[in-house]
Amino acid sequence: MSSIAVRVRDRRKGAGLGLVAWLLGIVFFLPIAWMALTSFHSETDAATNPPSFGAALTLSGYREFFGTGGGASPWPALVNSLVASVASTLFVLVLAFPAAYALSIRPVKKWTDVLFFFLSTKMLPVVAGLLPIYLFAKNAGMLDNIWLLVILYTSMNLPIAVWMMQSFLAEVPVAVIEAAQIDGARLPTILARVVAPIALPGIAATSLICFIFSWNELLFARVLTGVVAETAPVFLTGFITSQGLFLAKVCAASLVVSLPVLAAGFAAQDKLVQGLSLGAVK
Amino acid sequence: MTATTTAPLATSPTRTARQPSDKLRAWATRAPLLPALIFMIVVTQLPFVATLVISFFDWNALYPKARHFTGFDNYQQVLTDADLRHSVWTTVLLTVAVVVASLIFGLLLALLLDRKFKGRGFVRTLLIAPFLVVPVAAALLWKHVLYNPEYGLFNGLLHYVGGPQPDWISNTPLLAVEASLVWQWTPFMMLILLAGLQSRDHQQIEAAKVDGASDWQVFRYLTLPHLRRYLELGALLGSIYIVQNFDAVFTITSGGLGTANLPYTVYQSFYQAHENGLASAAGVLVVIGSIIIATFALRVVSSLFREEASRA
Repeated sequence: MSSIAVRVRDRRKGAGLGLVAWLLGIVFFLPIAWMALTSFHSETDAATNPPSFGAALTLSGYREFFGTGGGASPWPALVNSLVASVASTLFVLVLAFPAAYALSIRPVKKWTDVLFFFLSTKMLPVVAGLLPIYLFAKNAGMLDNIWLLVILYTSMNLPIAVWMMQSFLAEVPVAVIEAAQIDGARLPTILARVVAPIALPGIAATSLICFIFSWNELLFARVLTGVVAETAPVFLTGFITSQGLFLAKVCAASLVVSLPVLAAGFAAQDKLVQGLSLGAVK
Repeated sequence: MTATTTAPLATSPTRTARQPSDKLRAWATRAPLLPALIFMIVVTQLPFVATLVISFFDWNALYPKARHFTGFDNYQQVLTDADLRHSVWTTVLLTVAVVVASLIFGLLLALLLDRKFKGRGFVRTLLIAPFLVVPVAAALLWKHVLYNPEYGLFNGLLHYVGGPQPDWISNTPLLAVEASLVWQWTPFMMLILLAGLQSRDHQQIEAAKVDGASDWQVFRYLTLPHLRRYLELGALLGSIYIVQNFDAVFTITSGGLGTANLPYTVYQSFYQAHENGLASAAGVLVVIGSIIIATFALRVVSSLFREEASRA
């Protein structure tokens, strides 16, 4: 068979399989589309069987969720989540960037061992240290304190960030750094002025992925926070038990809380797989 | 990895320098690494050591004065307690089922997305979306909006075709949790496998096709062997994340109906039952399980890592 014949055959088959891909994409997305549609329905329209696809649209689910209907306001929880995610991501960057430098551009001895130590901490389950952390927080008066979560989320994301940044920094041409050294630039200057700009897209992707993991976290937040420092996922656990007709409200809540993650995830789409596989897949 | 071969430039003129300055330089190289390293040891390793110590004590937080050393009693209790043993089994079942199913779906989707077709980028975005729903929100969505026996979407759609109206969570609780997790983790597997597919040698595949190899032969003898390590990586990373799953079990069934896995049990035994010693022993068991998986995972990651390094 000639090369052209192969391509013609592939193209014909491709059209059918493309349709299958479209179908599966829609099936996978359907629960999210349905969640979005239901969030704009009234509670009575949301709870019908068969489902009412064409019911009138309203913002009442969102009004209920944001507490104008009388329930607890989600704003403190959303702000807590934002603080915990953004602050921990910043700490991660501050710690991971120099570490990645020492593991790629000017590597220490046995740098692969160090890299794998970071990775191995990621494989230690959260429950392995949960109780001592809880007891420590209780004795130190740090329970229900958002900064405790910031520290824990930093440790949760640091290994991922070190691995990702290590692979991004390894792509910075050595000649550029050497030129800066000859010009007499010192390490902090080199990091900030020479390395950072080149590695910027990678650093951005790393931050987005750290943000997502912190925003999603439930177990630590559930155990270590209460009324003051509760995060958005903990707020959502308030919807676990059914409260009569509340589907539109649940959908609005789930969607609002997921929006930052959806936005960050789509922004980091190209680097997502590299972050999730801890840099093993490029 | 070009960086490994870099000789520190400034050293060449001062190669004959005295011993102390060499030592100083070694520490200067290490310095940027230390904050991250020390932070990780303090925040992740110390608590685990504490867990290990507590696991040898009979310690109920409600009776702090009765705390005493009991050796391996907690472990014996964890391993002989029917509920706890059941939760070990549930953890294995949940992890294996979710990882295998999402790997298979992920592979199918990756193969479909690897071909060129109209709107491929858009379909890829649609498929990634489930992974980008906050896990608690996804669990709520499945529990209330899809599974609800009276007005959930599943029974609503079944209604159209005159099908039965099952109570999904009560009838098949573990399967209900698993389905929601498979929905979330399939995109993860798809992304890893798609990266694997795209790193294939396309000239080799083209050559095989010109030589008359069928699609199945190309898949079986070229694609699958190439994908093997990506499949392993997906399976192992997926296992590490799903062994630890708490959100779905906590939200969909609250650990009831026989779906309590080890992380949920650990949470429950100290947060609700205040059995610190028992919880720690169960925690240590989770760690041992994770270490077994992790040893394999690290081996796969390091072989991929070395391959990348040798290619650069």
